[in-house]
Amino acid sequence: MANLKDLKVRINSVKSTQKITSAMKMVAAAKLRRAQDGAEAARPFAQRMERMVASVGESVAGTEGAPAMLAGTGEDKTHLIVACTADRGLCGGFNGSVIREVRTLALALKRDGKTVKILCVGRKGRDGLKRDFANDIIETIEGIGRRGVEYGESVEIAEKISTMFDDDGFDVCSIVFNHFQSAMTQIPTTQQLIPFAATEPENGEDGEQKPIETGPQPIFIFEPDEQDILAELLPRNIGIQVFQALLESAASEHGARMTSMENATRNAGEMIDKLTLTYNRTRQAAITTELVEIVSGAEAL
Amino acid sequence: MTDTVEFELVSPQRLLKSEPVEMVVVPGAEGDFGVLPGHSLLIATVRPGVINIHRDGEVAERIFVAGGFAEVSPERCTVLAEEAVPVNDIDRGEAERRLEDAKAALAKAEENKSEDDGDGTAMAGAEREIKAAEAMLAAIQ
Repeated sequence: MANLKDLKVRINSVKSTQKITSAMKMVAAAKLRRAQDGAEAARPFAQRMERMVASVGESVAGTEGAPAMLAGTGEDKTHLIVACTADRGLCGGFNGSVIREVRTLALALKRDGKTVKILCVGRKGRDGLKRDFANDIIETIEGIGRRGVEYGESVEIAEKISTMFDDDGFDVCSIVFNHFQSAMTQIPTTQQLIPFAATEPENGEDGEQKPIETGPQPIFIFEPDEQDILAELLPRNIGIQVFQALLESAASEHGARMTSMENATRNAGEMIDKLTLTYNRTRQAAITTELVEIVSGAEAL
Repeated sequence: MTDTVEFELVSPQRLLKSEPVEMVVVPGAEGDFGVLPGHSLLIATVRPGVINIHRDGEVAERIFVAGGFAEVSPERCTVLAEEAVPVNDIDRGEAERRLEDAKAALAKAEENKSEDDGDGTAMAGAEREIKAAEAMLAAIQ
């Protein structure tokens, strides 16, 4: 009967695992909804900010005093990579895909003889990268977005990046994060933060590209002048870009966790079915054996 | 030409307001400016202060912003604000507490200035926060 008892124990343990995974799935689904709404609601600000930077940037482009954050330092030696991952695991390939992307990028840069610095947002990113790039990781920021991503948090990260840039810590900065496509698919994306690079509008109908095609640029009045506006605008813009990346990353994390927990729940269900079948068979066999024993015992008398 | 201008107020979290209005008065860094339909193209920084939205010839809404940027075109006025609260929703106690906190932060930043942190980012941040809190209090006077 020991076998039967073992089976029972296993069934129960799988059942409690299933309870946990299905609870995690529900939590992730609820959080996903909120994160997705947040990411979508934040899009208008980022779009308009980018349009504004592009307009101001165009009018100072090529002039002498264009700020380094916009035009670059003129060099291309040191790269800073910001890796956005989660603090926790159990979310499928979410962390792995960002880590892989960062690793490929960093190795390619190193092959070209460039210096790489890595800023990890999220504990899992550091865990995954510290084996290969232990000396390149300059800092790890944890605990972002535990209760939803807040703008203040991304401003802090942006300030760190700006300060480092002002101290000539790097020439080019890019951020790697999971772009949220759907709960099933997240695309690891690399976006350049410094120098400023206008991203292509996603669906082409944005007015951003039009002025370039239709000839002369509209002439803006600037108040105060371009330089002063840019000096304020660019650091904010980095904050917004980081904020946007973190929001996307948060939505992706919950989406990935939801999907992987759903799979885990399904797998646990299958396992329970299989184990129950074996359990019932064994029980049946035991009963049959017992009956045969009784019958043959009675006959022997 | 239409007699309204499309006013948009956007915070990092979401689009707060998008509606046609008669005129808006925005607290620009170099002085308040009113935006009527057909305004020329303008990009300006915004100081902490109050945005007045005019409808039917009078101030219909007052919104406090803690600084940001404004982009104006003939048919549109977009304000990007990091923080925006309708003036009626400002809690006096909270605003006062914020001013106190900011002053404390500034004092602390000044103390630390001599030791390390030579770039004064903490101080600049605290000074900005004080200005925002003062403007907030001024808005509800």
